[in-house]
Amino acid sequence: MKNTLRQVFHSSKFVGGFTIFVLILLTMIIYPLFNPGNPLQQIGVGTFAKPGTYVNLYDATKAPTETFRLEDAAEKRMANSLSEEDKVAMVEWFTAVEADISDLDTSDTDKMLEMWEQYYDPTVKPKGMIRAKINYYKRLDNALKELGSGDTVIIADKDETGALVETKKILDTDYVNTNAVANVKSLPLGTDNFGRDVLKELVSATGTSIRIGLIAGIVATLIGLTLGLLAGYVGGFLDDFIMFITNIFTVIPGFVLLILISYSLGQEQRGAAVVATVIGFTSWTWTCRSVRSQVISLRNRDHVNLSKLSGHSLFRIVLTDILPYIASYVVMAFILQVSSGILSEAQLSLLGLGPKTTEVPTLGLMMNWAMLYSAHTNGSWWAYFPVILTITLISFSLNLMNTGLDQVFNPTLRD
Amino acid sequence: MSEEARVQKDFTNAPLCLSGKGVTKIFGFGNRRTVAVDHVDFEFHEGEFVSIVGESGSGKTTLSKMLLGLSNATEGEIFFQGKPRDISSGKKKREYWKGIQAIFQDPFSSFNTFQKIDTVLLDCIHMRGGKNLSKQEKFDMMTEACHFVNLEFRELTNKYPFELSGGQMQRLMIARIFLLKPKILLADEPTSMVDACSRATILDMLLNLRDEIGMTIIFITHDIGLAYYISDTVYIMEHGKFVEYGKADEVILNPKAAYTKRLISDVPKIHEEWDLSTVDLKAE
Repeated sequence: MKNTLRQVFHSSKFVGGFTIFVLILLTMIIYPLFNPGNPLQQIGVGTFAKPGTYVNLYDATKAPTETFRLEDAAEKRMANSLSEEDKVAMVEWFTAVEADISDLDTSDTDKMLEMWEQYYDPTVKPKGMIRAKINYYKRLDNALKELGSGDTVIIADKDETGALVETKKILDTDYVNTNAVANVKSLPLGTDNFGRDVLKELVSATGTSIRIGLIAGIVATLIGLTLGLLAGYVGGFLDDFIMFITNIFTVIPGFVLLILISYSLGQEQRGAAVVATVIGFTSWTWTCRSVRSQVISLRNRDHVNLSKLSGHSLFRIVLTDILPYIASYVVMAFILQVSSGILSEAQLSLLGLGPKTTEVPTLGLMMNWAMLYSAHTNGSWWAYFPVILTITLISFSLNLMNTGLDQVFNPTLRD
Repeated sequence: MSEEARVQKDFTNAPLCLSGKGVTKIFGFGNRRTVAVDHVDFEFHEGEFVSIVGESGSGKTTLSKMLLGLSNATEGEIFFQGKPRDISSGKKKREYWKGIQAIFQDPFSSFNTFQKIDTVLLDCIHMRGGKNLSKQEKFDMMTEACHFVNLEFRELTNKYPFELSGGQMQRLMIARIFLLKPKILLADEPTSMVDACSRATILDMLLNLRDEIGMTIIFITHDIGLAYYISDTVYIMEHGKFVEYGKADEVILNPKAAYTKRLISDVPKIHEEWDLSTVDLKAE
């Protein structure tokens, strides 16, 4: 036993998969300690806030300032305020006035502005350009000029008479230490369509999904193992009967069955545990079939006969003379069942038949929400891409562990 | 092996221990029907050393499985101590197995590799109703059994079967039988997987067991020389049938069936004593 474990942990594939899985589990446990609270709390009013650190503007204006003279500050400011659309429009203007744009690099804002100064003339009306477009360029030109002028922002309060009184002037060389700002919110993965912190939600969803996978795996392995052991060891009519049921379950596509059961349960009945159990109930057939065939090859071995001759009961023979011999196989089947359970939940939730949406986030539900609110078409990659990556990592690590175990227990696969 | 083993007693008047009438085993049906054991009759007496000899595929092992009650006969009936054998329920089977035990061919696959040797021997003590004995008494019993087969229990305790050699494992099997003291021991080619040296020891131990406990030993083998050497009665099996049976001397020194003659001529002539070529094979 100890030897086998040592062998297992010498398999690089198993160790690789195991490490990834343990890292995911650790994140799941440790992250909520640093960022406690309900993962489904809607912190944002808008939808799909971009990933990044958010500094409270109100607090920032009140924070003490330092003055720095940084050379590239103005340049960066310009680059930041010049949107992609503006850049595209500028290139369009250059083309319209027949400027040389062969070596133009749109990411080089300095060069773009230089060219703009050179080629833009409000009096020129390029052929075929509509009035609205010409006005747009005028506005753009004004905005660009303003950016370069180094204006100050003035903060004013109303006094008793209602007149505005200047209270503070913000210069373009003023800097605020983020530590001095009372409210800074870091959102590494932005917010989703309901304005929830995606990272927090993702960590919680990973936990739920792994739990669903484990429950599904345990249910499937228990049913498959019990029926497989009975069918294989007892044989005869019981074997025929169990195999008849197993074949029926095998012939009906499991996923269709899963959809039908989930649908008929109804939204209210579908908690995470219920969905997991349903997944387990539809995926035990392969475990049952393979356990049965293994047991059939074991039941006529001499050590089983000897155990019978020693007067052991059926239960004891199955438990001590058969189960240990197929244990490695069952563990491998279990790992695969967990992996496929997580994937099944994701598929089911993507169709809107997953656990009810108000209680806990799951990986599948997060993808479902992202899809419903068109995150994939409006470019909000942070709402679905990390989820896909997590699912992939989990099932990759589980499958890697399985392959590693297979190589240890199946000598023909050893390299 | 001691010379006394060759002294053959007459068992025809001894009480019956295990007998069978028309015992048949058929596998499959239709075109794939195989008759493994074909209406065999046999009578094994108490204290008799019986050998069933036949080549591979002659149905020896199938017959032994039926004798042990591990598989059911398709036809025919087996009598245990003169009464029809009843193994219809698990409880009755367990009762029957107190009277009949077995040693299998491959010592490496006979033991559960996940159980310690202590467990194997303790099971035997428990089966004989020794559940309430003290730890020391159990230990003494196991030590005695191991001593009988020239093993030291102190060295074996807490070991797993795969840590022993094939010969040691097979001797441990005999220690098991020593503890169980059944009426009948069915030895299914117990010496075919161990080296020549262990073979002699094991055969010697079987004969000792027979003399000490007075059990019937059914020895299944493909080696007719070996059978001649140690058994009182020999049954020759071919294609699921007993072609010839009787006292070892009569059958082997005076074979009647062609199959027996062939088996005898196949015995390698290594040792003078074992050389059976002097037997007149042409006698009808």
